[in-house]
Amino acid sequence: MSKRVVITGLGVAAPNGVGIAAFNHAIKNGISGIRHDEQLQELQFSCQIAGKPQISEELKAQYFTELELRGFNSTGILYGVIAGMEAWKNAGLPIETNDKPDWDSGTIFGSGTSGIDKFRESIYKIDELQTRRLGSTVVAQTMNSGVSAYLGGKLGLGNQVTTNSSACTTGTEAIMMAYDRIQAGQAKRILAGSTGDSGPYIWAGFDALRVCSSKYNDNPELGSRPMSASAAGFVPGSGAGALVIEDLKSALERGATIYAEILGGNVNSGGQRGNGSMTAPNSTAVQRCITNAISNSGISADQIDAINGHLTATTKDSLEIENWTKALNRRGNNFPYINSLKNMTGHCLSAAGSIESVATVLQLHEGFIFGNTNCEDLHPEISALINPLKVPLKTIDSNPIIIAKASFGFGDVNACIIFKKFQK
Amino acid sequence: MNKEEIIAKLKLIIKPYTTNTEAYDNLTEDTDFINDLSINSANLVDIILDIEEAFDVVIDNTDMERMLDVKTAVEIIETKLAQK
Repeated sequence: MSKRVVITGLGVAAPNGVGIAAFNHAIKNGISGIRHDEQLQELQFSCQIAGKPQISEELKAQYFTELELRGFNSTGILYGVIAGMEAWKNAGLPIETNDKPDWDSGTIFGSGTSGIDKFRESIYKIDELQTRRLGSTVVAQTMNSGVSAYLGGKLGLGNQVTTNSSACTTGTEAIMMAYDRIQAGQAKRILAGSTGDSGPYIWAGFDALRVCSSKYNDNPELGSRPMSASAAGFVPGSGAGALVIEDLKSALERGATIYAEILGGNVNSGGQRGNGSMTAPNSTAVQRCITNAISNSGISADQIDAINGHLTATTKDSLEIENWTKALNRRGNNFPYINSLKNMTGHCLSAAGSIESVATVLQLHEGFIFGNTNCEDLHPEISALINPLKVPLKTIDSNPIIIAKASFGFGDVNACIIFKKFQK
Repeated sequence: MNKEEIIAKLKLIIKPYTTNTEAYDNLTEDTDFINDLSINSANLVDIILDIEEAFDVVIDNTDMERMLDVKTAVEIIETKLAQK
């Protein structure tokens, strides 16, 4: 029998809550992390609101040494280390200062870019012929694997230490990669997650594509409106989510808290064929990703109690719902509950999949479905497909057993994971 | 600036980079940056930049490669200061 894989630790640095306790409180109570962004306004972005984790200097000092913070200018690594270390501690795993690496533990911590502000700072110095004055940490802060390298060193990880990158599916993909590695018997536990930098230099390209929300600059908390008729683009976000993915046997031996089980999942691509392109999803591939995830999890589509969608608040939300109805062969009143975290965090891009997976696992562990704020006016194309009650506006007490989580990204890439409440 | 003053100034520069406080507290001319003070070799680059700023001198790559202990560092700084 193949190994069972479970989640034993959670950590998060989200725009609406840094740390699991604050984040859990925020998602249950519909607390938004979207704020007006002065820098985006000064730079005349069309979208001047954003989601950024609020990190105090005291919190930074808990995770980084004074020396590490000298010349430190990488928000992605900052969020990733905070979330990753929290997940590790939350899993009851020791942070030892032993001489030997922990051969059984690794990290797969994704990112879209790294240290983009450090990069900008360096580019100015280079062009001023000051390359020799860059200092010693530019490489570590700007290499894409910076976040996994920082985490690997802080935790003394001796198994695989890597960073994956697949646009907005990055975080979900990282969890699947961890699941695969543990199933293959190559590691006992993997710290899986993803991070995303904050700021104009990461978000500008999306503003230029005219895909960001620009009509709510004076009402930030109303700006991110997944599935709503008045949705008009996503709100850029950032942060990091982290999950300790572990072999069930090892988790039981340690007496660890088990937050949920990963039954299976799938990653694929639409190959930018059919209606797929660099920026749009091939519906056939999306549906195939979901049906493959269901079949390799050994469940039927009818067993899914809830969906945590990708649902960014662009014109593609209705298409995503349509793809779910086709993949599950469930519609109207028979459709599962569905929600999108992005109404409270914005679209955290490469961090989205991991932060949203943390939210999904919290729902299973604690028995609730968080509400979709800003969706009082459900899009008519969506209400034509599913019963509007399946899109709860406020958090409901429920006891979901199985939740499907999917993420889709530029490059026509898809990932879907089936999480289940843990039952021995 | 005499040798003692240079060492005192250098000691302050080195402080954030060392992880061996005992060796740091007992720093002498013979103290080696990497072997005694457990300074990460990549941080030697940062120490050089800090020295350049503090003493208003420029240290070229050849000198930098030799600057592995307090004694050599002081010699190089003295030479650079004399050239000013």
